[in-house]
Amino acid sequence: MTVLVLLDHEAGSIKQPSRSAVAAATKLGDVHVLIAGTDAGAAAAAAALPGVSKVITATDKAFDHALAEPLAALLVGLAGDYTHLLAASTAIGKNVMPRVAALLDVQPISDVSAIIDADTFVRPIYAGNALATVKSSDAKKVITVRAASFDPVATTGGSAALEGAAIIALPDIAWFVSAELSRSERPELTAARVVVSGGRGMQNGENFKLLEPLADKLGAAVGASRAAVDAGFVPNDYQVGQTGKIVAPDLYIAIGISGAIQHLAGMKDSKVIVAINKDEDAPIFQVADYGLVADLFTALPELEAELSK
Amino acid sequence: MKILVPIKRVVDYNVKIRVKSDGTGVETAGVKMSMNPFDEIAIEEAVRLKEKGVASEIIAVSMGVAACAETIRTALAMGADRGVLVETDAELQPLAVAKMLQVLVTREQPGLVIMGKQAIDDDMNATGQMLAALLGWSQGTFASKIVLEDGAAFVTREIDGGLETVKLSLPTIITADLRLNEPRYASLPNIMKARKKPIETIKPADLGVDPAPRLTIVSVAEPPKRQAGVKVGSVAELVAKLKLEAKVI
Repeated sequence: MTVLVLLDHEAGSIKQPSRSAVAAATKLGDVHVLIAGTDAGAAAAAAALPGVSKVITATDKAFDHALAEPLAALLVGLAGDYTHLLAASTAIGKNVMPRVAALLDVQPISDVSAIIDADTFVRPIYAGNALATVKSSDAKKVITVRAASFDPVATTGGSAALEGAAIIALPDIAWFVSAELSRSERPELTAARVVVSGGRGMQNGENFKLLEPLADKLGAAVGASRAAVDAGFVPNDYQVGQTGKIVAPDLYIAIGISGAIQHLAGMKDSKVIVAINKDEDAPIFQVADYGLVADLFTALPELEAELSK
Repeated sequence: MKILVPIKRVVDYNVKIRVKSDGTGVETAGVKMSMNPFDEIAIEEAVRLKEKGVASEIIAVSMGVAACAETIRTALAMGADRGVLVETDAELQPLAVAKMLQVLVTREQPGLVIMGKQAIDDDMNATGQMLAALLGWSQGTFASKIVLEDGAAFVTREIDGGLETVKLSLPTIITADLRLNEPRYASLPNIMKARKKPIETIKPADLGVDPAPRLTIVSVAEPPKRQAGVKVGSVAELVAKLKLEAKVI
């Protein structure tokens, strides 16, 4: 069996969720990966991933913004050689892979969290409140991978061969206009080893700045609950939860977050969970390894001071 | 311009779901059902486009058991003009739904399809993308803003690092994310009016589509429960435990 993995890449490196997708793919068979776009260095970065035997490159500006319409056409053109087509469950993977599946007359399998065998997969349903084991009867499988469920492969150690994809006609029905990306010096939420998240208890957007010294100290990404996003404290890309990002860092610190089911669905696979909340009955304490009942506005400076010792 | 809005009847988002003891699925008998929240947002957006004079007619389509007619009735009360129910007791998966929608789109010729980005029951996040593929149309998924001008749709999408705007040729499929709008509550007069709006009921066979699922549910289980840990008395104790016990800092 040979598997093709669509990789998310930026500025010559492979995004961590995609390295998790490669890890998932190695459980299924020989792994080829696809680098689409003119991102210099991305193909070399892909070739260095352990477990990858071939990098297929499609160096065309048409793929630079990862629009689903041309990318799906490219993947469908390559699909004949593969039993499984994979991508990480990122904004790109979720946009592209179902389109690929429909073009191949396949029912996609979204957000796979475990691989049982070549046809059988586990995926969360109902916001992670249940786990479904599903068996596909399609000849080809089209899958997105829940990155938090698979440890990513390393960035070095491999030496795959490169091969250019055949040029095909691409649909010209969608065009990139602009992007507004949040720029941050901090690690990305889905890739961070430590995540510090604030909730409605932060009271306003200004107070979210109080999390930054702590995040800097820990090398952490800053996240938020949906309540904090809906209240307008921070942009939506901070959101951790079923409707936001799914994270599984080594350490997750929830500050002023009550622990709604929808938030827990996005972080309960973290290795160690810390909750700081002044309401001792907050549901977040039911999943926290370490809970501190305290006013966050006194606990935060104390925590920062203690970590500086 | 006609707008077609597919909607799904799902377990209400406030219900704490229970996995059936025999592991065959999630209990839905006697459970409150509602319109999928993302689909409510899709209906709201269509109604706003009609209020602006951009859309001429809104068709709400649902597929599933006879009770889906209630979900369509909710959409009609929010402002949709008529409904189509594809009635079946069979389990429907996104590929079959997309194929049936493709036939309905060919019949109705809408200029725009707006739908929820995902259903909160199976969490597939697939049907919109699949319908776009089958029709050969462009797709604007996870939309937080829609502007129709110059014969195209400008869709602002929620992506991992922020927002992205794409220009899409029409007709197109747009899938709604949470922040596209806040859906209205249907007023009592509109609920009364909705009772008189037409709902056409057809079967999958009328659309020439075999809805047989491609995925077999082997089992459904509860996720492993996380054990509550300990409460610490002070910040100093917390830091000590994180350093010495959990060894994560």
